[in-house]
Amino acid sequence: MRMIFTIASRELRTLFLSPLAWSILGLLQFILAYLFLTQVDAYTMLQPRLANIEAAPGITDLVVTPLYGSAAIVLLLVTPLLTMRLISEERRNKTLPLLISAPIANHEILLGKYLGVVALLLIMVLMITIMPLSLLAGGELDCGKLLANILALLLVLASFAAIGLYMSCLASHPTLAAIGTFTALLLLWILDWTAGLNPQYNAILQYLSMLSHFQNLQTGLISSRDIGYFLLFSATFLLLGIRRLDYERLQK
Amino acid sequence: MSTLIQAGHLSRYYGDHCAVRDVDFSVARGEVLGFLGPNGAGKTTTMQMLSGNLAPSAGQIFINGIDLLDQPRAAKKQLGYLPDNPPLYRELTVQEYLEYCAALHRLPRQVKYQAIAKSKRRCGLDNVAGRLIGNLSKGFQQRIGIAQAILHNPDIIILDEPTVGLDPIQIREIRALIRELGAEHGIILSTHILPEVQESCTHVQIIDQGRLVLHETIAGLERHMNSASLTIRTRRPCDFGQFSCLPGINSIEPITPEHCRIHHDLEHNPAERIAETIIASGAGLLALVPEKKTMEEIFLALTSRHQSEKPCA
Repeated sequence: MRMIFTIASRELRTLFLSPLAWSILGLLQFILAYLFLTQVDAYTMLQPRLANIEAAPGITDLVVTPLYGSAAIVLLLVTPLLTMRLISEERRNKTLPLLISAPIANHEILLGKYLGVVALLLIMVLMITIMPLSLLAGGELDCGKLLANILALLLVLASFAAIGLYMSCLASHPTLAAIGTFTALLLLWILDWTAGLNPQYNAILQYLSMLSHFQNLQTGLISSRDIGYFLLFSATFLLLGIRRLDYERLQK
Repeated sequence: MSTLIQAGHLSRYYGDHCAVRDVDFSVARGEVLGFLGPNGAGKTTTMQMLSGNLAPSAGQIFINGIDLLDQPRAAKKQLGYLPDNPPLYRELTVQEYLEYCAALHRLPRQVKYQAIAKSKRRCGLDNVAGRLIGNLSKGFQQRIGIAQAILHNPDIIILDEPTVGLDPIQIREIRALIRELGAEHGIILSTHILPEVQESCTHVQIIDQGRLVLHETIAGLERHMNSASLTIRTRRPCDFGQFSCLPGINSIEPITPEHCRIHHDLEHNPAERIAETIIASGAGLLALVPEKKTMEEIFLALTSRHQSEKPCA
């Protein structure tokens, strides 16, 4: 367990040693702040009309949910860049033997790397959350729904990171890992767009699609089905990654 | 003397290609084993197997009595490994890097800084501790790699070509360090520089095409190197043919009238008689030198003989 944290903290610090993590944090905040402000503007324009409607959507529905929705899409583009170098760069720089000949099991290496990246993603989620919290200064928020959105984003990012880490285990070059991760994520994201076309696969496609689970959670409906999907997803790819490292020792 | 590393019937295949075939050896505390072989002979593969980076296709490895394949974590605690490319993070400073290595080997906080200071001092890294590894020269990077391997005071140190990229002074320092470490640890080092083995090792092992072709102590190697021939130089022309009647002389190979080479039996050394005869004849003895085969010659003899005898499938 201690080893996992040692590797995770090293990974996190290494991420911040390169300009990558800083610039991504800055740009992400900039883009999302822009989206957030346009949403707030739109809301203030709509407000007089909403006042007349019975059970009208509140500020949480009109500002917070779209913000987290866009955050997920922006991070779908960004996470592959963060995860691509985790293992494949170690392999390229021939630093993997340092970890492997140390008294550490492969699952500790992989979980350490994973936690390191997840910690960075957690920082991003916290930064994003500051924006809706600022609304508390001038109004009220549906805190339950806000928490549901935070949870949804965290779970979806944990899955992004797991698949990114697995791709990094497979790829010999970081760029390849990034392309692989991006393709896989995009495919999983849009899987249920085609659901209407062939109804016999409807249920399966909808279950596999990340978007539908993410949106379910965003509405504030915390169901074990959706949470289970993300946890199973992450665990599967972590396990595959560990298998891959074991296999490398055997085959090469 | 306790056996620190014991490799039994190690084999490794890459697909159909056999990189290491049925290799057996052991290293005890206080021994420095030099691993010699041409490029592609299987040195690095063997090192990777010993350090747990590569699983052998067949065979066993015991580190200090612990099976590396069954209990990798317990066994790896006793290992320090420098791969052929030093595993360095270019974006860290030397100090940060060594602290990370110490953490990976679970060194407790109290001994961590002491261990780092000791290994920095031994490898001459005190002046560069605060610099980024990526900005240091190849020689320094190699030394950081060695510092990393000896940091946690392991029983077994495996060094894959430790002196590559170092200048002659650094090479001397590293060889001295290896001899010093060899007193209390077991060391395996691979190299294709032959004098390095003579200078820093107690045992030598030659591998060719995946097979061990020689396992000897350095003293045994010296015996291999003593060939039975003498070179003689005189001031004035001398009749070398007269020596053919001496006991044990096999052949006489005149080079110039003042210079010849004499081959003799190992049991009979005719040097004394020859010297007496030449001095008595007044030809003026300038030199009488027993010839030594160089390590290169033994090496070439062993590896080429092996090639012609049994080609590796």
